Amino acid sequence: MKPRLPRTPAAVAGAALVAAMVVLAVIGPPIWGATAERIDAAAILQGTSTAHPLGTDSLGRDLLARVLVAGRFSLALALAATLIGGLAGIVLGALPSVLPGRAARLITGAVNALVAFPGLLLAMFTAVVSGLGARGAVLGIGVAIAPGFARLTQTLAATVAGSDYVSAARMLGVSRRRVLTGHVLPNIAEPLILQLTQSLGGALLGLAGMSFLGLGVQPPSFDWGRLLFDGFARIYVTPEVALGPAAAIALAGIGFNLLGDAMAKAAARTAPAGKKRTAAVPPDPGEPDPGAVLEVRGLSVAFPGGATPVRELSLTIAPGEIVGLVGESGSGKSLTAAAIGGLVPYPGTVGYGRLLLGGRDVATLSGKELGTALAMVFQDPMASLNPALRVGGQLAEVAIVHQGAGRAEANRRAVDRLGHVHLPDPAATARQHPHELSGGMRQRAVIAMGLMATPRLIIADEPTTALDVTVQRQILRLLREVTEETGAAALFISHDIAVVGGLCDRVMVMYAGRVVEELPVARLAAEAAHPYTRALIASLPDMDTDRDRPLASIPGRQPAPSDVGPGCAFADRCALATARCAAERPPLISYGEAGRVACWEVK
Amino acid sequence: MRDLQKAGPARRVRSRGSGPRWAMRQAVRFAVSLAALLVASFAMIHLIPGDPVRASLGPAAPIELVQARTAALGLDRPIPEQFLTYVGNVLSGNFGTSFLSGEPVGEIVAGRLPNTLALALLATVVALLVAVPLGMGAAVRTENGRNRGTEYAFTTVTGTAVAVPEFLYSIALVTVFAIGLGAFPPAGKAGAASYVLPVLALAIGPIAMIARISRAETLRELGSDYVRLARAKRLPAARLYLRHVLPNTLTATLTLGGLLLSALIAGSVLVEYVFAWPGLGLKIVESITQKDYPVAQGVILVYGAIVLVVNLAVDLALAALDPTSKIREA
Repeated sequence: MKPRLPRTPAAVAGAALVAAMVVLAVIGPPIWGATAERIDAAAILQGTSTAHPLGTDSLGRDLLARVLVAGRFSLALALAATLIGGLAGIVLGALPSVLPGRAARLITGAVNALVAFPGLLLAMFTAVVSGLGARGAVLGIGVAIAPGFARLTQTLAATVAGSDYVSAARMLGVSRRRVLTGHVLPNIAEPLILQLTQSLGGALLGLAGMSFLGLGVQPPSFDWGRLLFDGFARIYVTPEVALGPAAAIALAGIGFNLLGDAMAKAAARTAPAGKKRTAAVPPDPGEPDPGAVLEVRGLSVAFPGGATPVRELSLTIAPGEIVGLVGESGSGKSLTAAAIGGLVPYPGTVGYGRLLLGGRDVATLSGKELGTALAMVFQDPMASLNPALRVGGQLAEVAIVHQGAGRAEANRRAVDRLGHVHLPDPAATARQHPHELSGGMRQRAVIAMGLMATPRLIIADEPTTALDVTVQRQILRLLREVTEETGAAALFISHDIAVVGGLCDRVMVMYAGRVVEELPVARLAAEAAHPYTRALIASLPDMDTDRDRPLASIPGRQPAPSDVGPGCAFADRCALATARCAAERPPLISYGEAGRVACWEVK
Repeated sequence: MRDLQKAGPARRVRSRGSGPRWAMRQAVRFAVSLAALLVASFAMIHLIPGDPVRASLGPAAPIELVQARTAALGLDRPIPEQFLTYVGNVLSGNFGTSFLSGEPVGEIVAGRLPNTLALALLATVVALLVAVPLGMGAAVRTENGRNRGTEYAFTTVTGTAVAVPEFLYSIALVTVFAIGLGAFPPAGKAGAASYVLPVLALAIGPIAMIARISRAETLRELGSDYVRLARAKRLPAARLYLRHVLPNTLTATLTLGGLLLSALIAGSVLVEYVFAWPGLGLKIVESITQKDYPVAQGVILVYGAIVLVVNLAVDLALAALDPTSKIREA
């Protein structure tokens, strides 16, 4: 499908301005041509009057008519310059992909040097050499445009030339010329045409500038730049005579720019946003639990367009407890963490019956209270430290901002915390930038950052997924140690039920935005009740797994939260599913000792 | 301005490096470019169609005068010899003398260069100071597609401002503030007030463009994990944006600022012309229209050299600024 122009007012305005220019170029000279050339000795150098709305020039010719007539010449010159520059640039840019190495490098080097050179200087140089006048200006602007085209063509051609179908054609003995015309050029035509359109506006402004300096079109010919040159000389007496050509040049420039922007946007368009939807607030959540560090009742996260990736989630975490949240990607576990931390990205909305941290609604907590009570650790340690700042400074600012510590005290504490997470030389680490640390060291630094204050809850969202296995184990041990030492609770989010089983006290299993089972880790292996949890455990290889057989996996895929019907989301993949499972969603009810499960087939 | 838009992203993609090999390559590239520039400026006077001396003296000049002037300029010598003389002269600071006034070109350039540099530098500083906060503010307000109205107004206004060339801003500013209101001098260089309009005219386009780049860079950084973590730390907004986000957007913005400087030095030609600013730009236009070729030749050479030096300085500054490039040294 060909990309279509978006119907934004800017795109429409751009297209309308360019269309008006084209129409003016066609009808201008035949309609106003005679008026524009009519000399009137009785009306020279006039300002605005009813007969001459924009005044007259030194020969008494009507300036409005001259502006309207000059459109054709201005546009034609710009078109000529763009074609010259485009053609020269495309040839220069395509040559390296078909020439032998040394010549190709020479051309590439020359193009790179010219691209960094201001176009106006190139244009003036060329104009001097080829003689003042329209011809010299067109050639000059063409030369100024060419390097940009050459660079674009080079980049595009290099991409195409490296592709498999060009290698194949070369192996089949197709000549270099045929490769260029048959394979390379057709595949880069579209972006080049876009560039041509955008350059047209630039060429028009460049030519206007040259003529305005007196280096372009010379009398008796005239374009908008030349009319502005004449008008500018009289600006102290009758400023309105400069208005017509100035407005014409500005409108043309704006028109081409808006149209070019719209065309570029149409080539890479994103889907429009759907209607807005707010997460529903669930009914009364009952009495709060005074001893809990975190208490969540009826948490939902909704996005415009109807997607609700987290639904009616409830969980409670006691002091010092490590709770695991397990699920496949897309089950809503990371958004749950983001919702608790107040970090759900716009346009998502969070609804909850109760969201208490240390017994208080998170919405009522100040930034200082949240920043010290809650520590977060994310998946990718490469990305979660600021590359521009020293590690120590990023830790210290927590103490400076939230605890009123001085710089020296904050730095001392940062070094102390870095030592706490077993970084070998904490003082040196504090002075380093993140890129100087390994992935494991960075994740330790992020954990140390969480320990700068006295966190009551650490939310770790897949903290070991990006690390290799030995480092993974060290980080898990560190998390366990940190919670034991500080008494902080932790919510540990992972897709790996084995990791969760090794670290946590209690496990919650999420599927398609809901919790389907919750139970103490000790009973995970033997007493998991939900078919999904059991399937997850069964898919883990252990020492007894027969290595000749394929790894066990769960057939089918997790549905997107918006695709779930009225029944159990797992029903399609469940061996035990009945008609009731597809029609009616099972509630999350108490099961066994300290466990909950949502399944009709568990009795 | 438009050349800058095209050159900006392409230059950012080019891999930056450090270390002796990289420095060596930069030095070689700079030397080759300088040599090419010297050849081009020498060739200019010989590529002019017809006889440049005859063209400058006019058709009525007696043949003896033309011959004498040609001999005095050495234009009757063989081309290779002329080139060697030219290179020798340039290296010893002799750029020739004006056809018209007989003044040494070197003195003309030395007198006017500071005025042009002052305009370009001031405009660059103003553009960066205004555009970076503007772009960051717009990014914060329009993050993740919120405040579509603001986003729309921002892109439309900046898109329009970028599309209007600096000489039109100059004319508009002169008409309104100098001729209309009489608030600033309309032309010439006389005191601080005379800088206001030319600097503004030069800076408006760059402000719009840098603001767009700055917004795009800021939006990219706002989506990163370290900002998520900084937000989880509940840092105050000022600290989050100024200390965490700003430094990470600066590499791209400063690259652009450097390129901008060399583009502004060239762009100032038109602005100087409107404001009759006694800089190199006005001189080059005068010398071309008056066919004073030695002056045009000298000014183009100096302009080109400035551009090359600025580009080299930007590359060196970025290599020193960018902490990630230090990996390769270690």
